[in-house]
Amino acid sequence: MTYKNPPTTPRKSATFDDYTLSEIRRAAATGIYDIRGGGAKRKLPHFDDLLFLGASISRYPLEGYRERCDTSVVLGSRHAKKPIELKIPITIAGMSFGSLSGPAKEALGRGATLAGTSTTTGDGGMTEEERGHSKTLVYQYLPSRYGMNPRDLRRADAIEVVVGQGAKPGGGGMLLGQKISDRVAEMRTLPKGIDQRSASRHPDWTGPDDLEIKILELREITDWEKPIYVKVGGARPYYDTALAVKAGADVVVVDGMQGGTAATQEVFIENVGQPTLACIRPAVQALQDLGMHRKVQLIVSGGIRNGADVAKALALGVDAVSIGTAALVALGDNDPRWEAEYNELGTTAGAYDDWHEGRDPAGITTQDPELMKRIDPVAAGRRLANYLKVMTLEAQTIARACGKNSLHNLEPEDLVALTIEAAAMAGVPLAGTNWIPGKNGF
Amino acid sequence: MAATSKATRDQSHARVFDLDVMSLRELNQALHNLTPGSNETAWEVLNPKGNHSVAVGVDQPVTIDVRGSVGYYCGGMNDGATITVHGSAGPGVGENMMSGSIIIKGDASQYAGATGKGGLLVIEGNASSRCGISMKGIDIVVRGNIGHMSAFMAQSGNLVVLGDAGDALGDSIYEARLFVRGKVDSLGADCIAKEMRPEHLELLQGLLDRAGVTGIKPTEFKRYGSARTLYNFNIDNADAY
Repeated sequence: MTYKNPPTTPRKSATFDDYTLSEIRRAAATGIYDIRGGGAKRKLPHFDDLLFLGASISRYPLEGYRERCDTSVVLGSRHAKKPIELKIPITIAGMSFGSLSGPAKEALGRGATLAGTSTTTGDGGMTEEERGHSKTLVYQYLPSRYGMNPRDLRRADAIEVVVGQGAKPGGGGMLLGQKISDRVAEMRTLPKGIDQRSASRHPDWTGPDDLEIKILELREITDWEKPIYVKVGGARPYYDTALAVKAGADVVVVDGMQGGTAATQEVFIENVGQPTLACIRPAVQALQDLGMHRKVQLIVSGGIRNGADVAKALALGVDAVSIGTAALVALGDNDPRWEAEYNELGTTAGAYDDWHEGRDPAGITTQDPELMKRIDPVAAGRRLANYLKVMTLEAQTIARACGKNSLHNLEPEDLVALTIEAAAMAGVPLAGTNWIPGKNGF
Repeated sequence: MAATSKATRDQSHARVFDLDVMSLRELNQALHNLTPGSNETAWEVLNPKGNHSVAVGVDQPVTIDVRGSVGYYCGGMNDGATITVHGSAGPGVGENMMSGSIIIKGDASQYAGATGKGGLLVIEGNASSRCGISMKGIDIVVRGNIGHMSAFMAQSGNLVVLGDAGDALGDSIYEARLFVRGKVDSLGADCIAKEMRPEHLELLQGLLDRAGVTGIKPTEFKRYGSARTLYNFNIDNADAY
């Protein structure tokens, strides 16, 4: 009788996992880096790692559905003659016409207006679809300056100077040839069908001192009426916030690495920038150190999904949050109803991120006239409004449970963290302890 | 309004704004208050003394004479006015101009005419680096030399240089046309010398005429523009970046 050695179970490498292997094969076959849309997909410390304490003997709650819990927020009260007043502290982040279809932009405007909040243009100028349907519209001032003009500047409700975004701090926009239709080409003064790579730096200023002069120019052009936001990617949130305030911003927008992009390199999205959770406390600290907390408003974005995320962000000191990816999902992005078509594109509903290719079955990230017919701006806008209302109700539910009559009265003391990482990033105690890692020297 | 009552008129009936006496805010607000058909068509700004954002966002066809040198962004987003700076201009003069014209009697700093969509920018002296960066339809005529990285990512419009150009002219250029009479230190990625055809000579003559340049022939210039090899990404071109 011969003895057979027992085999080991086949084991795949944790380092060289299936995705990594597939990427090596893809790179070897094509010779070009992977480009995709969306934000960081890796697992990161996030709002899920925080919990609210709720009321107890020492704190008493407000009656749900009965006692008032204010959700409104004023943005831009520092210098602007006409600050923005929103009913809810959840805004729609900048997404370009070009990246998104005209009907998708219209739907965002309709939904936001129904819910009492603002939308934001993007790296492609202001469209009539969006201006017409968005009661409060923030006009982005980007390095590319595509479509930038003083008339649109004056008919905007606020101006957002975009320095960077969370998906790619230090990177410029990208719109590949498939999506440069006649209309997009005209708005961007570019030949049709070329691969468009927007600049990563502003063409006429560098550094905080120049930014101050640039903001002065924008204020002078618009007669000091419009709030001026400065948006940065989550790179150095303490210093970027402080410098934006120094440069004269009314509002600072900090976008963490889960924040989406229309298209950029996968390696950029997953490896540059900080998680949203890690950006909030340093940004708030900068405002507090300057005596500007609540005077200059802070908006945070990147991975906000529900009312709990909203409440947690506000408890950590932000004035409002902004959503992009979640808003697109509410419109119909990655909906399982298009599963057969996602399969044809080599993907599945929930994972589709080749937004730059312009073949979106849901008609959102496309310039194809046939595909974009699939999105009904009225119905999609209604869905977005519903979603925004649910998020607001959820945040109110939590705030009332914590005894707060305004979402903005939530505070870090209402929170604990489930992990040491989240405790350190959010500056709140690890659950069951009074330990805030990094505080008091240990 | 205070701005109106404090403004004075000189003998030629120009409205005079002395920035030693009045604020920049009052000046720009008075210019923005102009409505179509206003008879206040001539303006004079005294003592600019390097102020930033002088006469920005003007959208009426008035003439503005600035007596002295200005700081950043003079004439920014100009849409129809004729602005003459009787001095030198700081960074970003005429940035994002839509229409009208801006004439700089002295030199201009970096980013002159950046992202301009239309109109004419004339610099009678030299322009520094990044002249015409990201230009989108503006015409720029520089009588002197221009610095490095000029016409970077220039999308459309015309840049005419009577003197020399610095390094990396027209890097990553799209459809803008560059005409340089002197030497070019080096061309940027995807920018090449191109044949000067009759239509270009005609175009250039028109630009020289509009800028008031006499005694110089279009045939003295060379034309530069995009080789269009970087318009669609090709990994084999990666070394060009």
